[in-house]
Amino acid sequence: MTELILSRLQFALTTSYHFLFVPLTLGLGVLVAMMETWYVKTGNETYKKMTKFWGKLFLINFAMGVVTGLTQEFQFGMNWSEYSRFVGDIFGAPLAVEALVAFFLESTFLGLWVFGWDKLSKRVHLMAIWIVAIASNLSAFFILVANSFMQEPVGYVLRNGRAEMTDFLALITNPHVLYQFPHTVLSGFVTAGFFVMGVSAYHLLKKNYLDVFQRSFQIAVVFGLISTLGVSGIGHLQGMHLVKTQPMKMAAAEAHWETENPAGLSLYASIDEQGQKNNFEVKIPALLSFLSYNSFTGEVKGIHELQEAAVNEYGPGNYVPPVASLFWSFRIMLTAGIWLVLMAMLGLYFNRTKAYEQNPWFLKLMLWTIPIPYIANTAGWFLAEVGRQPWIVYGLQRVDQGVSTSVSLVSMLIASIGFLLIYTILAVADIYLMVKYVKKGPEAPVEESQKTGVKGASLWT
Amino acid sequence: MDLNILWFILITVLFVGFFFLEGFDFGVGILLPFLGKNDQERRVVINTIGPHWDGNEVWLITAGGAMFAAFPNWYATLFSGFFLALFLVLFSLIIRGVAFEFRSSDPSPLWRNTWDWVIFTGSLLSAILWGVAVTNLLKGVPINAEMQYVGTFFDLLSPYTIIGGLTTLLVFMFHGALFLSLKTTGDMAQRSLKIARRIALVAVPVVLLLAGLTYYQTDLFASLGAGITLIGSGVTLILAALFLKSRKNGWAFVTNGVTILLFTVSVFWGLFPRVMISSLNANWSLTIYNASSSPYTLKIMTIVAMIMVPIVLIYQGWTYWVFRNRVTEKNLHY
Repeated sequence: MTELILSRLQFALTTSYHFLFVPLTLGLGVLVAMMETWYVKTGNETYKKMTKFWGKLFLINFAMGVVTGLTQEFQFGMNWSEYSRFVGDIFGAPLAVEALVAFFLESTFLGLWVFGWDKLSKRVHLMAIWIVAIASNLSAFFILVANSFMQEPVGYVLRNGRAEMTDFLALITNPHVLYQFPHTVLSGFVTAGFFVMGVSAYHLLKKNYLDVFQRSFQIAVVFGLISTLGVSGIGHLQGMHLVKTQPMKMAAAEAHWETENPAGLSLYASIDEQGQKNNFEVKIPALLSFLSYNSFTGEVKGIHELQEAAVNEYGPGNYVPPVASLFWSFRIMLTAGIWLVLMAMLGLYFNRTKAYEQNPWFLKLMLWTIPIPYIANTAGWFLAEVGRQPWIVYGLQRVDQGVSTSVSLVSMLIASIGFLLIYTILAVADIYLMVKYVKKGPEAPVEESQKTGVKGASLWT
Repeated sequence: MDLNILWFILITVLFVGFFFLEGFDFGVGILLPFLGKNDQERRVVINTIGPHWDGNEVWLITAGGAMFAAFPNWYATLFSGFFLALFLVLFSLIIRGVAFEFRSSDPSPLWRNTWDWVIFTGSLLSAILWGVAVTNLLKGVPINAEMQYVGTFFDLLSPYTIIGGLTTLLVFMFHGALFLSLKTTGDMAQRSLKIARRIALVAVPVVLLLAGLTYYQTDLFASLGAGITLIGSGVTLILAALFLKSRKNGWAFVTNGVTILLFTVSVFWGLFPRVMISSLNANWSLTIYNASSSPYTLKIMTIVAMIMVPIVLIYQGWTYWVFRNRVTEKNLHY
């Protein structure tokens, strides 16, 4: 039992941590590629400066994403070996395809891009960053295909005591992934958009390198606004889909205990998880029906009815995920989303008139908005993954059935503490470097020749 | 030949690619603090693998993914069974990966020196652990009838497997030193050669010792092909040392590469058709049949691999062509 909790904690830690870096990679890659495209098209050195400046931040972030991604590839087998046996026939395939189709491209062409500034023609160099940007998003697709199978299993049959693939096409066109992929990728674009806007705001406040940061801001505000609206729209469609396919997840996220028609949406609820009821709630009538069906009537099933149905289908057990934490993570994500839409619109307004120079409060607000997409991303994944509890694969395998049986508690403890330790140190180093390079600005980074700096150690002489 | 065999071969190929490419990365990383006498020189050393190490590491990620997709029971038993060893592998690959990116981002000598030693440590640990891991696979580990590893971390350490770790360490260091001698110029290239010669003096006897111990500790020689390739890897290592002595450094690098190839092939050949040997009962071993995915999944994955592997080889090969010139202190841009 403790092994299970520890494995869950470790997975939550390593995966949430990994996903702090992934979204910025997804979006910033595209933005850097766009900047370099303008550089190649116009020959304007400002765009080159922009490419190099944002490219450096992209690289620091990318390195963190790569190394924390290694853990992801290994820990299914390490901590979740029984899950791996059960779904390997299906789940392993998209992971392997991801490596073969996307990750090889991404890593190889990133090396070319970083070291190839004077070895490749401008066009080939530009192609390299586009390949990196596209491949990282392709990578996200295959990973989400794997994740979507856990949420909404398709294209399989239960045979030989495990889930076996019967239809690869069904797997990669899983309806779940068709919502999840754009939602995730666009959140990555949002993250990058607000990252670029926030960092630009910092320099605009200080009136540094105005040419570089006005342009960066301009690109990012358009990119960010479109993506933010996209995420919201797709989020709504995805919600409607989840009401059908994972009704328990949505009911829990709304703290919606009793079936209602039309169903109201709680803005606030004081949730009594033990007593399975809300002591107090502020409700907007019929809004939940609308969010679920785009219509102000329609029955939305409550947690109690869904629990009964689950017991009938799967046997006795508790099929209710943690309601209060889902309810609030959902609301945190939504609030963050609304905040981002407003900020992006405000940004567009100020950008048109360049009025931000007279309104430093706006620039400061923009700077402090950088963390908001990260909060939204994490809350969103929390909702997706905690909402699938107690299942590891929805309706097929419970989380407690998936954990490794041959790993001792001590080993798991060592690994968990080890990851916590090393990830903390890396976070400190990463933030230190990010802040440093953000502050430094787009000057051509001078390679300091530390002729006397480090003393060489010696093996034999 | 059925698809199970094909996938076993493909995973062998992925590990050959990983050990060959990341082998010199590890070697270069281990030699970094010793060969680079000042910051400029260390930058030169790192830049020889700078554009490549990340792409090289993907060979491992792909191998892991391929094991998961084609032989889920192998992936599950191996990764949960070798839990702490794999945690150490992850640990060393993680610290080493960020160190490459982070070390040049701050000019302070303390910062750089620290990350240089992190690169050293990460590379050293990885190089040793892979040897320990593959010799354990050959020797067999306690696996019960339910395909579960029932030993502990310390069961993985024995004189034989430690010699195995030493072998990969030395061969990768040799590989790295030879690589540096080809990718650098002047004094740095000379020093790399000097170190390579010294490593060879130790590596040859250790590899021969390992081959001898393998005869007693494993059933590898029961397969004629595996036995011949293992002996072949010893022979090519000696050849590499001889080439080095007669100053044919390029040939030395290539033949040592062949050593890595033959050694890896021999390990997998020795296992075949098993993927993990149970030391408790031969019938409890995992094989390419009882550990495998369904025929449908294998078919799908085969199609993807047949298309993608050649493409990957072509563009990765192309990057080595782009960066074919030696790295000198004059052309350091990153």
